[in-house]
Amino acid sequence: MKLTTALGAIAVAGTMFAGVAQATDFNGAGASFPAPVYQAWGAKYKEKTGNALNYQSIGSGGGQNQIINRTVDFGASDAPVPAEKLEANKLLQFPTVIGAVVATFNLDGIKSGELKLTGPVLADIYMGKITKWDDKAIAELNPGVKLPSQAIVPVYRSDASGTSYIFTTYLSSVSADWKSKVGAATSVQWPAGSGAKGNEGIASNVKNLKGAIGYVEYIYASANNLVVTELKNKAGNFVAPTVDNFVEAAAAADWAGAKNFAASMIDTAGAKAWPIVSPTYVLLPKNPSNVEASREVMKFFSWAYGKDGAEIATGLHYIPLPASVVKQVEDAWKAEIKGPDGKPVL
Amino acid sequence: MDATVDGMRTGSALPISEAKGTGAVSDPIFVGLLWASGIFVLVLLGLIIAELFMGGLPALQHFGLEFVWSSAWNPVTENYGALVQIYGTLFSAVIAVVVALPLSFGIAFFLTEIAPPALKRPIGVAVQLLAAVPSIIFGMWGFFVIVPLMAAYVQPPLIDTFGQLPIIGLLFQGPPLGSGMFTAGLILAVMILPFITAMFVETLESVPPMLKESAYGVGGTTYEVYKNVSVPYGRTAMVGAVMLGLGRALGETMAVTFVIGNANRLSASLFAPGATIASTIANEFPEAPIGSLKLTSLLQLGFILFVISFIVLAVSRALVRSRMD
Repeated sequence: MKLTTALGAIAVAGTMFAGVAQATDFNGAGASFPAPVYQAWGAKYKEKTGNALNYQSIGSGGGQNQIINRTVDFGASDAPVPAEKLEANKLLQFPTVIGAVVATFNLDGIKSGELKLTGPVLADIYMGKITKWDDKAIAELNPGVKLPSQAIVPVYRSDASGTSYIFTTYLSSVSADWKSKVGAATSVQWPAGSGAKGNEGIASNVKNLKGAIGYVEYIYASANNLVVTELKNKAGNFVAPTVDNFVEAAAAADWAGAKNFAASMIDTAGAKAWPIVSPTYVLLPKNPSNVEASREVMKFFSWAYGKDGAEIATGLHYIPLPASVVKQVEDAWKAEIKGPDGKPVL
Repeated sequence: MDATVDGMRTGSALPISEAKGTGAVSDPIFVGLLWASGIFVLVLLGLIIAELFMGGLPALQHFGLEFVWSSAWNPVTENYGALVQIYGTLFSAVIAVVVALPLSFGIAFFLTEIAPPALKRPIGVAVQLLAAVPSIIFGMWGFFVIVPLMAAYVQPPLIDTFGQLPIIGLLFQGPPLGSGMFTAGLILAVMILPFITAMFVETLESVPPMLKESAYGVGGTTYEVYKNVSVPYGRTAMVGAVMLGLGRALGETMAVTFVIGNANRLSASLFAPGATIASTIANEFPEAPIGSLKLTSLLQLGFILFVISFIVLAVSRALVRSRMD
């Protein structure tokens, strides 16, 4: 009797140990923009499979550095990495989710959706060319809205960030002046305004300062009920930042013509498309040293693209990838990620 | 007497010639460890300097010495310079010292001369506690409390009144953002206050009572004793204390990043947003890819900050020490 219990205990302990040994934990680092959804996915995935994702949200540049040095199993970046750099470091780039950037402002008596702006006007505000809220350019777009003669204070991200990259890419695409004088990057030389750290920094700065305008990720704006503007899109319509309008922008993107999945969703042609939408990317080594972990990364994202993952993503106001793109990504995994023996990892 | 000596000889004590050298092995090891600890600090510091310098060298080679006085900081065109950051670092630190200095004088003299014993301890402890507050707390406090107050109540009247004046008006230009050089200087002032005050108290306490009592004895008022006896006695040490405070203000990162407004633009205005070396590094480091010009420029900035801090520290040491000679 005693012996059997002991044997049973050993057997139980044995299976437990085996279970622990089989769990493949995998590490990722990089962009902060998709961090909430990666973490939510990771928690659910661990529940299902026992394999844990450890994701450090250290910024896109940091994510690129770490994957180039191979200190993590995958890197994450909001801005697509240039093709030569991907080639040189043997990295495969694929999108995971899509997000949007919105403009938030603080004016007495003007609520969400009551203020309409165009891309060029937004660019001129951030250039410091339009300095008062009752400027003719803004008043013309907003007949019937009582605009105060107040100084406009543009607020931008002081920390280099993917959000700034998306926002400045949009300003560059709608304003030639912005493109030539400032340009698009994770941090730029801002001609006017003041900088605040992170989405929360911009949001509280705008909230505290009458006449301020800032840009934040949509997930942040919706979670905190920020006052947002409407924007004029390429089709000439004023659109509100809603998930439906983001989806329309994402659907209009030219995936087929995009190299390394770097499809631009900025200012796409759809009738209701929100103009500032962008995917976020993951970087995976094509020659992984830890084959197990690399396989787990692909299994993880494959699951995240599925029904469960999409549900979590929409719950957090991200937009899941279109099914056709998911198929292309999965094909690319099979074709390009190879172990030391030259065989496909997945 | 002889007997005593004999007694010792025949007792447990051995003659010196027969005594075993108890420290023959352990002592050299101990001394060796002490040497190692001392040298370790030197090596560590040397390595940090060398690493910063080597890391920043490509930026210096690319831009030349112009890096130091170029006001560009443009990640898009990869054109970097340190002038805005050096200016911001010095400007905010000087504001901090200008604000903290009179307060420190007041607190220190109150504590040493005026304060009743019942009040002396609580105030002394409060000043020390101020030094123990983590800098991120000052940053949050500055961002959520001071910045809105400055934007609503302090800056608009100052801009309206002084902004019109010639020359002085240059210090009060721009929209009332709340954040900016002045706010950063204020937060820094609170942060360096305890350090300067502590050293002032020590200096004032070291003034020989006889000197002060003689001054009071010939009819000096409290202010006269303060001005003509206490302060002159400890002047060099006090300048040293101020320099130490300045040194701390130069390198402060988190609190400044929150409230300085983070703009890479030069402006003479107290209320204009700016950037310091430390805040720029904190902001830009996560997005600086390996081998990029940006990363080496940031390391070069770090090296410049090191050099500035080193000079300030060296001056303060020399001044504090000169009093002891």
